[in-house]
Amino acid sequence: MTTATLDSTRTRSRAAARRRIRRDLLKHLGLCAFVLLMLYPLVWMIASSLKPDHLVLTEPGLIPSEITFDNFVEGWHALNRPFSVFFLNSLVVTVGSIIGNLFSCSLTAFALARLEFRMRRVYLAITLVSVMLPMHVLVIPQYIFFSQFDLVNTYYPLLVPKFLATDAFFIYLMVQFIRTIPRDLDRAAWIDGSGPFRTFWYVILPLMRPALVTTTIFTFIWTWNDFFVPLIYLTSPKMFTVPVALNSMVDSESQGGVGMLFAMSLVSLLPVLIFFAVAQKQLIRGIATTGLK
Amino acid sequence: MPITRARRGPRGQGGAAHVFLIPWWLGLVLVTAVPLLASLYLAFTDYNILSTPEFNGLENFRRMFEDGYFWAAVRVTLVYVLVSIPLQLGFALLLALILDRGLRGLAFYRSAFYLPSLLGTSVAVAILWRQVFGDDGLIDRALSVFGLELGSWLQNPSLSLSTLIVLNVWTFGSPMVIFLAGLRQIPEELYEAARVDGAGVVRQFTGVTIPLLTPIIFFNLILQTIGAFQSFTQAHVVSGGTGGPANSTLFYTLYIYQQGFTNFDMGYASALAWVLMAAIGVVTAVHFVLSKYWVFYGDD
Repeated sequence: MTTATLDSTRTRSRAAARRRIRRDLLKHLGLCAFVLLMLYPLVWMIASSLKPDHLVLTEPGLIPSEITFDNFVEGWHALNRPFSVFFLNSLVVTVGSIIGNLFSCSLTAFALARLEFRMRRVYLAITLVSVMLPMHVLVIPQYIFFSQFDLVNTYYPLLVPKFLATDAFFIYLMVQFIRTIPRDLDRAAWIDGSGPFRTFWYVILPLMRPALVTTTIFTFIWTWNDFFVPLIYLTSPKMFTVPVALNSMVDSESQGGVGMLFAMSLVSLLPVLIFFAVAQKQLIRGIATTGLK
Repeated sequence: MPITRARRGPRGQGGAAHVFLIPWWLGLVLVTAVPLLASLYLAFTDYNILSTPEFNGLENFRRMFEDGYFWAAVRVTLVYVLVSIPLQLGFALLLALILDRGLRGLAFYRSAFYLPSLLGTSVAVAILWRQVFGDDGLIDRALSVFGLELGSWLQNPSLSLSTLIVLNVWTFGSPMVIFLAGLRQIPEELYEAARVDGAGVVRQFTGVTIPLLTPIIFFNLILQTIGAFQSFTQAHVVSGGTGGPANSTLFYTLYIYQQGFTNFDMGYASALAWVLMAAIGVVTAVHFVLSKYWVFYGDD
C-alpha cells in the first residue's frame, strides 16, 4: 500500500469517526434537552419551595432571588399535628407491609414452586388470575367486614391483607425466582435429613435474597405512595399517613400557601427518592423482569 | 404415581404444603373470594351500610343507564385510556430504541426517564400538577409568552382531562425499561443475517426489531391498559375529589369512591365496580384474541 492510499483511508475512517461522534453528540444534546423538559416540573417544585411565599407564583425563573426555609418549617406545622406524626404513621404501615409481604409471599411461593401436592397448578393459576382482579370490586365488602369488627380507623385493614399473601405479584416473582435455584440443593438437604421447613429456612430463603430485595423495594414504594386504601380507612387525622395528610392540606389550601404545599410534597417524596438512589439497579432489574411499575 | 413421588422428594409434602399455604388460603377466602361474592350480591341490592341490604334485582344496572354521571365517568375513562396509553407506549418505545443503540450514559438516561414513573401516582406529584397547570403555573406562564391566555387548565372542562393524560404519558419510563430489556433479548445474529441478506436499517427495524418486540409491546399494552382503567389518585387530588369541572375528570374509580364512600350507596357502588371488572375483562380478552394477528411468538 502506498502512502497516498493509506492516507486517504485514514482520512476516510477519521471522517466516519468524526461523523459518528457528531451524531452521538447531537443525540446526547437531544436526550439531555428531553430529560430537562421531563424533570423540569420537579426542579420547579424544588426551586419554588425555597422561595418566600409571595414570590412562588410571581417570580419567573428557577433561581430564587431570596432563599428561605420558612416553607418547610411552617409546612411541617401547617396541620393540627406536626408532619412527624404522619411520617411515623407511614413508616409503621410501610414496614408492617414489607414484613407481611416477605413472610406470607415467600411461604406461599416456596410451596407453589417446590412442594408436590394435588392442585398445585390450580393454585398457581388462581394466583395469576388474582393479579388482574381490580381491587375496587373487593374494597366495598372488605370495608363492611372491617367496620363490623370496629377496625375502621386502625391499621389492621391496611396490614392484615399483606400477611395473607394477597399481593400476588410478589408470589409470582418469587416462584419464578425459586425455579432458577438448582433442585440438587434441596435434594442434598433432604438426603441430610431436613424436612420442608428446614429446607425452606436454611436453603431456599437465603438463596432468594434478590427476589426478597425486589419485593421489599416495591412494597416500600407502593405502600408509601398508596392513597386509595388509607383514604378509605383512616378517618381521624392522628392516624393519617403522609399522602392523606398532604391531601387534607390541599383542602385547606386557602389558609396556607403554595410554597408550603410544595415543601411538604417534596419532603414526602424524599424517602422514595432515597430508596431509588440506593436501590436503583435492583429496581430497574425488577421492572425489567416482571413488569412491576 | 408413588414412583414419581418418590423421585421428586420425600412423602408427606402435601401436609407440609398446606402449612406453608395457611396465609395464602386465609387470604384467598377472607380477602378475595368472600368479598368477591359479597360484592356480586351487593350489586343487586340497595345498601347503605346502616340497614340490612335489600334485594332490588337489576335496579342498580337500570339506574346506570339513566345516570348522567355514570356515562360521564365512562366517557372520561375511555378517552383517558385511548389517548394516554398509545402516547405513553409510543414514547416508551421511541426512547428505548434511541437508547438501545450502544449509547454511552444509558444508565443515567434510564434512571432519569424512570423517575417520573416512580413518583407519578403519588399525591405529591398530583399536587405539583395542580400548580403546573393552574393559574400562573408553569404552563400558563410559558403559553402567555406566545400570547396564549388559557388561564388555569384545571378550571377549564375541555382542558382538565388533558392534564391527567399528560401526567400518564409523563410516566413512560416503566414501559421503556421493559422495552429496553426486550430489545436486549433480540439475538445479534438475526441482525447479522438480515444484513447479509442485504437488509438496510429500515428493513432490519421492520423485519427483525418490531416482530421480535411484539410480545413485549403486547405485555406493556395489557399492563398499562389495566392500570389506566383503575387510575384514581391523580384525578382525586387534581379535582379535589369532585371529578370536576363539569365531570371532566370524573374517573370511573373516582365515581365508585364517591358513591361507595361519600354517599355510602354501597349497593350501587358494587354494581359499578362489577361493570368495571367486566369491562377490564372484555378489553383484556379482546386484546388476547387480536394478539393472534399481530403478536409474533417464536419462529413458526
